[in-house]
Amino acid sequence: MSILNVFKNNASRQTSASAGYVVPEPNRCVQCGICNYNCPINIDVRAHAWRGEPVKHSECLTCGECVARCPRGVLRFERTDLFTEEV
Amino acid sequence: MRYVIIGTGVAGISAVEAIRSVDRSGEVIMLGDDPHGYYSRPGLAYVLTGELQDKALFPKTREDYSRLNFIYRRARVAGIDRVNKCIQLDDKSLLSYDKLLIATGASAIPLTMPGANLQGVLKLDHLEDARGILKHAKRGRTAIVVGGGITALELTEGLLARGVHVHYLLRGNRYWSNVLDEQESRIIEGRLQAEGVELHFGSEIQEILGKSGRVAGVRLVNGRTMKCNMVAYAVGIKPRLDLAHTANLVVDRGILVSEFLQTNDPDIFAAGDVAQVYDPLTGRTVLDSLWTPARQQGYAAGLNMAGQSTRYVKTVPFNVTRLAGLTTTIIGAVGSGRDEDIIGIARGDSETWRQLPDAIVVQSGFDVNRIRLLLGEHHLIGAVVMGDQKLSILLQRIFSEKIDISSIHEKLLYKDVKIADVVVDFWSKHLASA
Repeated sequence: MSILNVFKNNASRQTSASAGYVVPEPNRCVQCGICNYNCPINIDVRAHAWRGEPVKHSECLTCGECVARCPRGVLRFERTDLFTEEV
Repeated sequence: MRYVIIGTGVAGISAVEAIRSVDRSGEVIMLGDDPHGYYSRPGLAYVLTGELQDKALFPKTREDYSRLNFIYRRARVAGIDRVNKCIQLDDKSLLSYDKLLIATGASAIPLTMPGANLQGVLKLDHLEDARGILKHAKRGRTAIVVGGGITALELTEGLLARGVHVHYLLRGNRYWSNVLDEQESRIIEGRLQAEGVELHFGSEIQEILGKSGRVAGVRLVNGRTMKCNMVAYAVGIKPRLDLAHTANLVVDRGILVSEFLQTNDPDIFAAGDVAQVYDPLTGRTVLDSLWTPARQQGYAAGLNMAGQSTRYVKTVPFNVTRLAGLTTTIIGAVGSGRDEDIIGIARGDSETWRQLPDAIVVQSGFDVNRIRLLLGEHHLIGAVVMGDQKLSILLQRIFSEKIDISSIHEKLLYKDVKIADVVVDFWSKHLASA
């Protein structure tokens, strides 16, 4: 990986960390639990997918492990307007 | 009011949730012969590959179960007495019911050739099967996989991940020929070969050879013999209909149910892999072996058992799966005919996928990212998205919401069309006009 890509990745990570959360597509989910298994802080992502609720969890690092590891493309990042909204 | 649910799969647990959403006081009893109760059966594939430990397969916590307030009993049901509205358990005890749900699922069709009972002949129905495969994979060096569809590849990839040398035997001349088109089959086959899997087309086992009660090899119909320590099979599944037969419920390939998931007995419902449901897309009754329809059917059945009147409307049959490491979404009707390697239906499969009416096929992409669309005059009939999945949710919506795509029909037929660009452009215009 080139040094430029490292910066790029870090930049996108910070963006998602500050302005996004993980959103499930419940119809794709088979509750296998790979998301939970790979979550570094043990958030029950799978339960969110069952209920069809975004992972609006105060401790979520938005590290992307669950999104990347899900074998069925259930999870994606969605941007929130929380920090970007103009007042 | 006593509700009894036979089966511990997703249809069963979903029915419990539905009942509890409208009836907090009725007694709910779930019965099942699987020693592990409710867990993610599709997740077994990832246990085989080592991406997951089997203890992570259990989605519900202790708190979830106590909130649902139901009794779970590990028991095998021997029969249903419809006249007296009670079920007989294996230990001869009786259990009465007011409303009963049969959600017994389906099990693998066994191999029948000589040697099929030897140690080392393996299937992937349950968690215990997965554990058995892992145990054998520790000792064995070579496996032969037979069958088709998703499970055959899950077995292949699982064994491969455990360092086993795999020969995949196919009776036909390509993989999953009644759902995938030839190019898609070849993509999957190429990826398997690149991982070291040896593919043998037009090959069929005549006899499994044994030594001291264990698998030692196979003899093929063409007379060739091959050495191996394991034979793993996935030749199709069969709904578990024994109870329905003995109770004289109306049965075809599965238990026939109304759109309210009701059998011919108004107090008995069926849901999941065991139920044969009406498909508005084709006007026929079909079997699915898919997680989401099983969940939806279980939920609708549960509400109806609790006195609601909820119609189950079969949604677009779709599945997202990984074939040889390639995420693949299959939506709607995409194939036809029969596959020599599967008897009837396989796990993760829908009969609707093979009911392809006259349609025009367009495809684009190559190698790993590929899209195939089946176009009707005004609507999308089916789609297969391999690799990059950005488009699959969008196509799923176009399909399920029956969005008129006449405006891009001609464009999609252009030579070397970039389907993704056309569809994304169509979708943004559709959103803007909505």
